[in-house]
Amino acid sequence: MAELKVSAIKEGTVIDHIPAGKGLKVIQILRLDRVNGGILLLAANVPSQKLGRKDIVKIEGKYLSEEEVNKIALIAPTATVNIIRDYAVTEKFNVEIPGEIVGILKCGNPNCVSNHEYTAPKFYVISKEPLKVRCHYCERTMEEEEILSNL
Amino acid sequence: MEWKNRDVISIRDFSREDIDFVLETAGRLERELAEKGALRYAEGKILATLFFEPSTRTRLSFESAMHRLGGSVIGFASAASTSVRKGESLRDTIKTVEQYSDVIVLRHPKEGAARLAAEVAEIPVINAGDGSNQHPTQTLLDLYTIKRVFGSIDGLKIGLLGDLKYGRTVHSLSEALAFYDVELYLISPEMLKMPKHIVEELREKGVRIHETSNLESVIGELDVLYATRIQRERFPDEQEYLKVKGSYVVDCRLLEKAKETLKVMHPLPRVDEIHPEVDGTKHALYFRQVFSGVPVRMALLGLTLGVL
Repeated sequence: MAELKVSAIKEGTVIDHIPAGKGLKVIQILRLDRVNGGILLLAANVPSQKLGRKDIVKIEGKYLSEEEVNKIALIAPTATVNIIRDYAVTEKFNVEIPGEIVGILKCGNPNCVSNHEYTAPKFYVISKEPLKVRCHYCERTMEEEEILSNL
Repeated sequence: MEWKNRDVISIRDFSREDIDFVLETAGRLERELAEKGALRYAEGKILATLFFEPSTRTRLSFESAMHRLGGSVIGFASAASTSVRKGESLRDTIKTVEQYSDVIVLRHPKEGAARLAAEVAEIPVINAGDGSNQHPTQTLLDLYTIKRVFGSIDGLKIGLLGDLKYGRTVHSLSEALAFYDVELYLISPEMLKMPKHIVEELREKGVRIHETSNLESVIGELDVLYATRIQRERFPDEQEYLKVKGSYVVDCRLLEKAKETLKVMHPLPRVDEIHPEVDGTKHALYFRQVFSGVPVRMALLGLTLGVL
């Protein structure tokens, strides 16, 4: 079991099946890297049957809600989330792309006001498959490739 | 829909009922103004016009509209003489100006500026153009003009001509026309075609669409020809530009092939898309559009101020 290479946690959240290389970004988006936060474990490039290679993030002492975890859906649509209580998985869910994306994605339009003024960039998801979002401010749409390069 | 304090940012925020209500209100105000000469609905109210970019018609017609409603106007026509030069943010400019006024009209070079301003301000904000994104009051006055002349927008065959790729006017106009039962002819050079996602959106909404680069072949079908300026800077090659430019000049020779009742529209300013010889013909509707700017903007100011 690849997971055993990093220690199991007693209470908290395990985000599994993150595409390899995106683990750090997941930590940033969920703001798990603060000094006064709980213990955080990142396993990178773990062999995976489903993905070939994957990253895993374990967060001790914190239960992430589905809403919080959905923020990572754009970079890690394959991620699965396990809530751990007393070393056992008590809840399991897949991430889902939310209807609105606030604060984590930058607008790809250099002339969009959100790139020049103090404001949280906001997007409406107009299609999940293929992924397409519309900027709340400039109304321009972005597709998958552009979205990923602006995360 | 509650109109008092509502922002007017994008045609996307409008339903057909909203649009029809604005057009009806504009019609009522136009008649009242003709009867009484001056109105007093907005007495004691102040409009602030913040124009960070140049404009002739939009700014003057908003100011004229506010005066016609009995209100007064403050503002600036260029950012050069304001604290923006000192680096003040749009956010702070709006927070300041709303202390002095009851409604704000904003034109700004950044796309989304009006949406941001509306979020910051407690008072209503009307978008008078945000970069290449939206110009909703132009669309409303275009629809008003068409409705006044034809009685109804439904059933018309409307040609959109010129730069359909970058032109904000044709984008918001076509979005609004999708609410009506119209047939659209998209006439442009290959490299300035309407973006695919907009064409798809229009088709999904049930609009019948014909795309062509040949104006002469469709001119006889149309009830309205809406011309726009082709911008030279969009072309990498001067010769290409000249070729395209030449094929989209609306002149009397071309109009011989058109229906007697065809109306030619243009948001202005024009360069040479419409020959001045057309001005005196029964086809010319572009100065009528300029006239419509005042009653439509009176309606929007009066409704958002909640004084009508």
